[in-house]
Amino acid sequence: MTALYAVVCIAILLVMAIALARAFYAPTVYDRILGVNMFGTKTVLFIAVVGYLMGRPDFLDIAIVYALINFIGMVAVLRFFEYTAPVD
Amino acid sequence: MSDFIDLVLLAMLALTGLRIIFLKDLFAVVMLFGIYSFLTALIFINLDAVDVAFTEAAVGAGISSVLMLGTLALTGREEKESSHSSILPLIVVFITGAALIYGTLDMEPFGNPDNPIHKHVAPRYIEDSPKEIGLPNMVTSVLASYRGFDTLGEVVVVFAALIAVLSLLGVPKEGQEKAPASGLKSHQVLRVVAKLIISPIILFALYVQFHGDFGPGGGFQAGVIAAAALILYALVFGLPNAVAVIGPRFLKFMAAAGVLLYASVGFFSMYKGGNFLDYNKLAADPVAGQHYGILIIELGVGITVFAVMLNIYYAFGNQVERSNIQ
Amino acid sequence: MLLLLDIISGILLVTGVFFGLSGAVGVFKLPNFFTRVHAASVTDSIAVILIVSGLVLQTPLGINIAKLLFILVFLLITSPTASHALAKSARHGGLLTMSELEKGDQEEKAPK
Repeated sequence: MTALYAVVCIAILLVMAIALARAFYAPTVYDRILGVNMFGTKTVLFIAVVGYLMGRPDFLDIAIVYALINFIGMVAVLRFFEYTAPVD
Repeated sequence: MSDFIDLVLLAMLALTGLRIIFLKDLFAVVMLFGIYSFLTALIFINLDAVDVAFTEAAVGAGISSVLMLGTLALTGREEKESSHSSILPLIVVFITGAALIYGTLDMEPFGNPDNPIHKHVAPRYIEDSPKEIGLPNMVTSVLASYRGFDTLGEVVVVFAALIAVLSLLGVPKEGQEKAPASGLKSHQVLRVVAKLIISPIILFALYVQFHGDFGPGGGFQAGVIAAAALILYALVFGLPNAVAVIGPRFLKFMAAAGVLLYASVGFFSMYKGGNFLDYNKLAADPVAGQHYGILIIELGVGITVFAVMLNIYYAFGNQVERSNIQ
Repeated sequence: MLLLLDIISGILLVTGVFFGLSGAVGVFKLPNFFTRVHAASVTDSIAVILIVSGLVLQTPLGINIAKLLFILVFLLITSPTASHALAKSARHGGLLTMSELEKGDQEEKAPK
């Protein structure tokens, strides 16, 4: 199972890298928010799988915090986006 | 495998930092800073520093992103063109960086048990804290008991930060004028979902607060998570509604009460004949005394951090709404 | 029995990762913002379901299963909500769907 967890970890890291690239080079500001959000959800999965890879299931607490913060950050971005005039 | 993950995460971190430098849209910069904090926390997880990762994820990526977005709503999102030449700062940064890298050459190899840092207090904590304090999470033992005085200092710093922010931004007035409807009015789905998940978030905050003795977590993290739940409420349903739940004046009392609770544990142990914050004297059995002491001071930390974070958000949000009305 | 569990959770994990990767490709390759939101959101949900259930099968009964299920339910509720709110904001901000863009082209051509 450990080898499989390692493969899954690397694959999720790859997805995170692609989402990060989308957040770096976004055609519209909404694409950037999309990339950041996708990065966040994949991070939650990554922490959970790393916890199993290292045999430390208490990492799940941090995965929960990531899920919470990711959602709240997303709502905050949408909220304050109303106040600021779009640049592009 | 762990080294490989570290390398990938550090590469992502460096790329994020570089991208932030070249972006002119500050709104995007704040979002990338959130990712930067997430990546830092992932590196902490990979180094097995679970409590630090917890704090970094909650404070760095959560609260500070929200506060920076609030600031941007007040100041505008375009970076101003700098009128200075950047050559001299660049040279200074290069020289400092080179000196720092040169300094790392003398450092002991990472993870070596013979390193000086593992020779002095660390073995004492690792060997004696199960007997003396008896908590499975050694980080909490060190933070709340061995270094209890330092933690009291940190809580006072957090409290002082609240005073500084309120003296700069002003105290939000309660129920003065009928505030106009705010919040994400048109997002019906978001409103229903937010209603659904706020109470599990507060429940999770309580779990983190009282489970800190056994796993990652503690007062700091729990306070931030509980504040984040109310910030979510304020974001979706508007600031006036959140102020109606817990007002800023009550929060000021809460912030002071947490610090007082912490300090009064110290004075109580002095009254019992020990030193300041010597929990051994709190109960007949020293280990039980340690348990009570840590539980109470963590509660004080949690109350203060919750009140301070939420009140700072109120101060920012109040400014944003006021400037938006005008 | 344990081998069977290993095999099932292995399949779940690998398919979950496959959907995650296909979503990442979609976020880069699809032509329009709304199609990209669709790629990210749908694959996010299915990847979460598959990967978390793969991990659940490897966990002894206890609090960790509860935590995993909490993560599953939480992400299943919040992730589509976030995508929906984002797409709504984008719509409000004036982004057009592909069919509207095409129609717009025809309308521009029509007066000629």
